[in-house]
Amino acid sequence: MSEKLLMRGTHAIAEAAVRSGCRFYFGYPITPQNELTEYMASALASLDDGVFIQAESELAAINMVIGVSMTGKRVMTSSSSPGISLKQEGISFLAAQELPAVIINTMRGGPGLGNIAPSQGDYFQATRGGGHGDYRTIVLAPSSGQELADFTRMAFEYADHYRTPALILGDGMIGQMMEPVVFPDPIDPASLPPKPWVLDGAKGRSSRIIKSLILDPAAMEEHNWKLFRKYGMIERELPQAERFFTDDAHLVTIAYGTASRIAKGAIKRVREMGLKVGLFRPKTLWPFPARQLRELSRLVSDFLVFEMSTGQMLEDVKLALEGRRRAHFYGRPGGIISTPDEIAKVITNIYYRQGLDIEA
Amino acid sequence: MKRVFGRPKSMKDAVFHYCPGCGHSVIHRLIAEVMDELNIREKVIGVPPAGCAVLAYNYFDVDMGEAPHGRGAAVATGIKRSLPERIVFSYQGDGDIAAIGTAETIHAANRGERITVIFVNNGVYGMTGGQMAPTTIVGQVSTTTPGGRDTNRDGAPIDLSEMLAIANGSVYIERTAVNTPRNIARTKRAIHKAFQVQMSDLGFSLVEILSACPTNWKMSPVLANEWIGSEMTKVFPLKVIKDTTTGDLGAWK
Repeated sequence: MSEKLLMRGTHAIAEAAVRSGCRFYFGYPITPQNELTEYMASALASLDDGVFIQAESELAAINMVIGVSMTGKRVMTSSSSPGISLKQEGISFLAAQELPAVIINTMRGGPGLGNIAPSQGDYFQATRGGGHGDYRTIVLAPSSGQELADFTRMAFEYADHYRTPALILGDGMIGQMMEPVVFPDPIDPASLPPKPWVLDGAKGRSSRIIKSLILDPAAMEEHNWKLFRKYGMIERELPQAERFFTDDAHLVTIAYGTASRIAKGAIKRVREMGLKVGLFRPKTLWPFPARQLRELSRLVSDFLVFEMSTGQMLEDVKLALEGRRRAHFYGRPGGIISTPDEIAKVITNIYYRQGLDIEA
Repeated sequence: MKRVFGRPKSMKDAVFHYCPGCGHSVIHRLIAEVMDELNIREKVIGVPPAGCAVLAYNYFDVDMGEAPHGRGAAVATGIKRSLPERIVFSYQGDGDIAAIGTAETIHAANRGERITVIFVNNGVYGMTGGQMAPTTIVGQVSTTTPGGRDTNRDGAPIDLSEMLAIANGSVYIERTAVNTPRNIARTKRAIHKAFQVQMSDLGFSLVEILSACPTNWKMSPVLANEWIGSEMTKVFPLKVIKDTTTGDLGAWK
């Protein structure tokens, strides 16, 4: 382990990527994540085996990612909401061709050009595949500088392990905040296990093909089921969530990323008032930690979903709760950042309206 | 008996799916012959396009990675930057390279990516059934220009190769055709040189090849090849458009 460093979120991702053995980065400028691209530009320039290209578009960037991934090397791109929309074609191809890659989305207000303030409006896009076709991507939701570093390492490992693109869903707040980070030991890319499926010139063997065109419907169906089985494996193995003050809670707030930091502040305030309120924080958004949430719901009657959107993760919460528990919602879209006091008021209102103080 | 003609080693033993008279099969063969002659089959990585030639990977016995429509130059860039010692080519049609993939192509050329692009110009979208391509010539009938291409409405055919020649990083760009034995031989020479440019680490190389699509042109193969010579070459003259190489890149066999 290295020493503790004070770093901006976007820089923490970039540094963690380099230390994860990523030597290839392709990106296109977009606020609020330009510092990530700029960090990669100088970090990779200082390495003999580093390749950085400022691409002519997000389309070009994600397709350069595809090219590198076909050769088996660790590769990353990053953008913010409108740019991630442009990358979706390539992400669909990555999923179809079973190619690993890491994609960072520093979410901003939308839809359209929106604004450059922090938002969580891309949850649906990230967790439902995002592009065309029947596929999913691994989605990690860090909530601190340390997690930005740790989850970046995890994203590369999951992407390689499952041969599928992995997204990190952050936002302008988490990307710009400076926090202490301890990085894991750097990985030498040469030490990574070789991938037996890569394109590297058919020396002494027959040709390899990486493709997504499968004209025969029966073969296409089987490819879809194969992906489905892989996603099933990921759903069994990967869901992760943090529980914060949930042991005695009558009301549990559910929030991820920046919203979970605000929610924690609110929970500390209402706990001081004697309200038994906790937090359930998904660290993986896809696969959503539904089993962990259902387990918690055996003891809790009321949940409050708090998002920086009009309610997107809310759907996954409702699916997990299967209508057996009340799912309340509070959200602020468009780049508005709620204060812990605001959320504390929402929590308090629900707590007393539902009579949770009496049940206790 | 001495064998005087056979399948190039860089080709798989497969029957082409292309229509009778289509230029793709001839062009595939030329590329494979060049790979054999340069002895680079084990170093080549190809990038097929979306379009009729997406199935090129069924014919070339080299590693191949399929690109999304128009993104061949970007995917090839990623492969080449990762494996600079390999020889990377993309194979793209006119719609792929000169409409949806224009940006990727121009910027790859401008960066001087050490890739070779085989640009097959048949003036129509073949696989989708003969719609107007960026290279459809003025007056040419297609399914989306039933009265012929109209400059006022559709613009003039785009001279992509000439545009790429302006780019600082492009080194060698030639336009050829596969409509006559003579032009086929010239095309092979151009492909040979384009690969040599890449192997000499000089920059971006591209061969534009005028190629018949008898099915969508609704002509017999013979007539289609004659039409290339009589009409298409007036708009797209066969010539070396750019060549900044100096000296001998290796003998032409």
